Amino acid sequence: MASIAPRGPLIEDLARCVHCGLCSQSCPTYVETGLETESPRGRLHLMRAKAEGRIAATSNFLRHMDLCLLCRNCEAVCPSGVPFGRIMQAQRAEVLATHPAPWWERLLRYVVFTLLMPHPARIAFLAGMLRFYQRPGLQGLVRKLRVLRIFPASLRQMEAMLPPLSSHFFSPSMAVTPGHGKGRGGAAVFSGCVMPYLYAEVNEATVRVLARNGYDVKVPPGQVCCGSLQEHSGERAAAEALARRNIDAFTSGEADPIIVNAAGCGATLKEYRELLADDPGYRDKASEFAARVFDVNEFLARHKLRGALGAVPMCVTYQDSCHLAHAQRVTSAPRALLNAVPGVELFEMHLPDRCCGSAGIYNITEPEMSARLLHNKMQDVQSTGADTIVTANPGCMLQLSVGLTREGMPGRVAHVVQVLDWAYQAGEGDEKMPGAKK
Amino acid sequence: MFNQRDPTSALIRDLQAVVGKSYVVHAPEDLLVYEYDCSIDREHPSIVVLPGNSEEVAAVLKLAARAGMPVTPRGAGTGISGGAIPVGRGMVVALTRMTRILDLDPVNRIAVVEPGVINLDVTKAAAQHGLFYAPDPSSQKACCIGGNIAENSGGAHCLAYGLTTNHVLAIEVALPDGDVVWLGDPTGLEPGYDLRGVFIGSEGTLGIVTKAVLRLLPAPETVTTLLAVFDQTDYASAAVSAVIAAGIVPAAVEMMDRLAIQAVEASLHAGYPKDAAAVLLIELEGLRETVAEQAQAVAAICEVQNARAVEVAQSAEQRERLWAGRKGVAGAFGSIAPNYYILDGVAPRTKLPEVLRRVEEIAARYEFPVANVLHAGDGNLHPCILFDDRVPGADRRVLEAGMEIMRVCIDAGGALTGEHGVGIEKQDCMAWVFSEDDLAAMAKLRPAFGADAKFNPGKVFPGARGEWEGSTGARRIMERALAAGAYI
Repeated sequence: MASIAPRGPLIEDLARCVHCGLCSQSCPTYVETGLETESPRGRLHLMRAKAEGRIAATSNFLRHMDLCLLCRNCEAVCPSGVPFGRIMQAQRAEVLATHPAPWWERLLRYVVFTLLMPHPARIAFLAGMLRFYQRPGLQGLVRKLRVLRIFPASLRQMEAMLPPLSSHFFSPSMAVTPGHGKGRGGAAVFSGCVMPYLYAEVNEATVRVLARNGYDVKVPPGQVCCGSLQEHSGERAAAEALARRNIDAFTSGEADPIIVNAAGCGATLKEYRELLADDPGYRDKASEFAARVFDVNEFLARHKLRGALGAVPMCVTYQDSCHLAHAQRVTSAPRALLNAVPGVELFEMHLPDRCCGSAGIYNITEPEMSARLLHNKMQDVQSTGADTIVTANPGCMLQLSVGLTREGMPGRVAHVVQVLDWAYQAGEGDEKMPGAKK
Repeated sequence: MFNQRDPTSALIRDLQAVVGKSYVVHAPEDLLVYEYDCSIDREHPSIVVLPGNSEEVAAVLKLAARAGMPVTPRGAGTGISGGAIPVGRGMVVALTRMTRILDLDPVNRIAVVEPGVINLDVTKAAAQHGLFYAPDPSSQKACCIGGNIAENSGGAHCLAYGLTTNHVLAIEVALPDGDVVWLGDPTGLEPGYDLRGVFIGSEGTLGIVTKAVLRLLPAPETVTTLLAVFDQTDYASAAVSAVIAAGIVPAAVEMMDRLAIQAVEASLHAGYPKDAAAVLLIELEGLRETVAEQAQAVAAICEVQNARAVEVAQSAEQRERLWAGRKGVAGAFGSIAPNYYILDGVAPRTKLPEVLRRVEEIAARYEFPVANVLHAGDGNLHPCILFDDRVPGADRRVLEAGMEIMRVCIDAGGALTGEHGVGIEKQDCMAWVFSEDDLAAMAKLRPAFGADAKFNPGKVFPGARGEWEGSTGARRIMERALAAGAYI
């Protein structure tokens, strides 16, 4: 597939910013540094200055672009409707094309984005290897022997953050999990490329909870990674290729709603229309596909939950995943679902929709800023006195788990659907409540 | 030639020693983001310094004075009269790192804050004690206390509560020579000259606020917000006068016309009817019984004044949504035009219909769309002229249209600025309302604070910008500054 040379951000998009500055306090990196260069308004101004030829893409310019989390909080509060996410993605695509990364980064990108992520079987193989590595003794031995010193710092950081992989993996299949009670039609679950290996139980919970609510649940085979990490780091062509495969996988059968439990994937899937706007063969299909996509919280909160929800006594705080709250603007649904569970008490943080610093691969690429944001987040969590942090995205779950460990805090991290799943199990008189992974 | 990236340059090195390396901005592309505030003027500084506390502000000012470097203070960069624009370049001292609330005393009802504290954050911190900070500029979730003090900011609720000066008891300021002094007293009572009052609203020309003691007020028992919808702007203006004539002083009376409503509804969806010619947002606060009675009276008055509908916000969420529309309206113009020029004029309430008609005529003559947003209760109007700065000459014509509109306000017996300040924008209009003697008396204040023309240069006084840019004194200062390590 010949890729078109990426164009930078559109001047029309940039010109929507009237530099009123109302976004500044929503930007984690601005609040942290106080520097206008690290604010949404500053970044937009720099991108416009570059587009108009006033400045070149200097190392300082690139630094300010890289430090953006793409959390899109600014976009959610912007009174002018500046499409910041679209602008920054276009900027990154342009930078990638005009400023080749160092060889090792290009190699890593090639391995991850081209050799690995488009191929579920290879991901599964790698995940299996990692699980083997995590067997009692082995990981500890490797760490003790300090063999990891031969790897670059970013890889060591990844190794340190990796949570125990699921004991079994989740994979799409032709099987249908029938809905309980009066049927509400089908629901096609998007499985994602991280959830099945790190948080298989979240996908399983999603299937069970949807079935409990009367949906015949499918997990169509042929689906692949959504392409969000690729798109955010400027690899647009790779993202487009994945989008086409997903559209094919989900449009071969019935036009069921597509249910996503990873906020980052959901935001990307809903924006396939824009991603494939230049592809005449897929443009219309992408529109139809995007219209069928729902975040699992959004989807379930449309109706009263069905069936007996048992009591799950816990004090929770809800961390808004950026790509659910700011990209998809879903904030009340997860709270409504949590509040519907008997025994769950919700204590809000001071800034529940402030990014935790996970932001895709940001915690690997910008470990210092990520750590600062995570520290602030964990302090905010601590002030609520909650024993469980509930969120709606695997990246956030991973980051918050690291936060608990780093700060030496008790507690655990769970996805909203897990809480619902536990409530249904409790409703059945099933006393066993599986602990979420820490 | 001077190498701006050479970190060993004397001034840069000295400043870095005070505030840390990351907080001296001197690369040309980085300086670009300090060329704007929320006004339409642009000029980028030679260097930006971000001190972290009062001592660092003082040390930075001392270094600037020693290098003969002009200084422009900057808060959150949300000002609308160009106060933070470094005319003729020089040094910008940005207070955005000084964001600590140092003390909050619910018994004495005061808060001690640094200048970079965001306006709304004061109220957020005070809310747990049932208190709030009254001045509420529309940009309150982004603007900071230091900037509010410099501009003597108002806001929708200043109809009932007054301006910033009524809520700042004392300030610690760093004078241009780096001395740090306190003005005013936390009790609000002090013998002698009210230098605090002189400093508030001085638009950053006398020094830099480094700490402020703010008055907190008990939150009202109840708040009711009404939305009155009109088919003609004249009816809405008449309703404002009628409400106040009836002896009711609402906490806020805001008016938006058709184009403003359309901008809000295009991006913020506040729930204003898109086909209305004008809406009034009227807020009543106080004791539950009084407010209920007043709300009925206000609704009845609006109906008599031909309101098509009067709606009372039924929930906190609805109230917030109605206000989010009003507070975000300026930014929302971005959804219907690439640029806007927001004016800040004052006219007697009773003259509003006539003034608004003249505004429309002027805009039509210049062929610019104009949207009107008014703090109608106190006759403070904000006509917003929509334009595209990529059209050659548009920015010049928009300023000319703005000046004509300001003239209309003055001729109607109004004032030059309700709350945005004079800055660069309205300095030439100052001569319309002040005699030469008046202005000369004002100018004597600057040396009294140890300030001269190079402290926030080119602001407030008629012709100040042109004078500063053209003066040989300014050139000499800049030459010295260059030698000391500034980037031009």
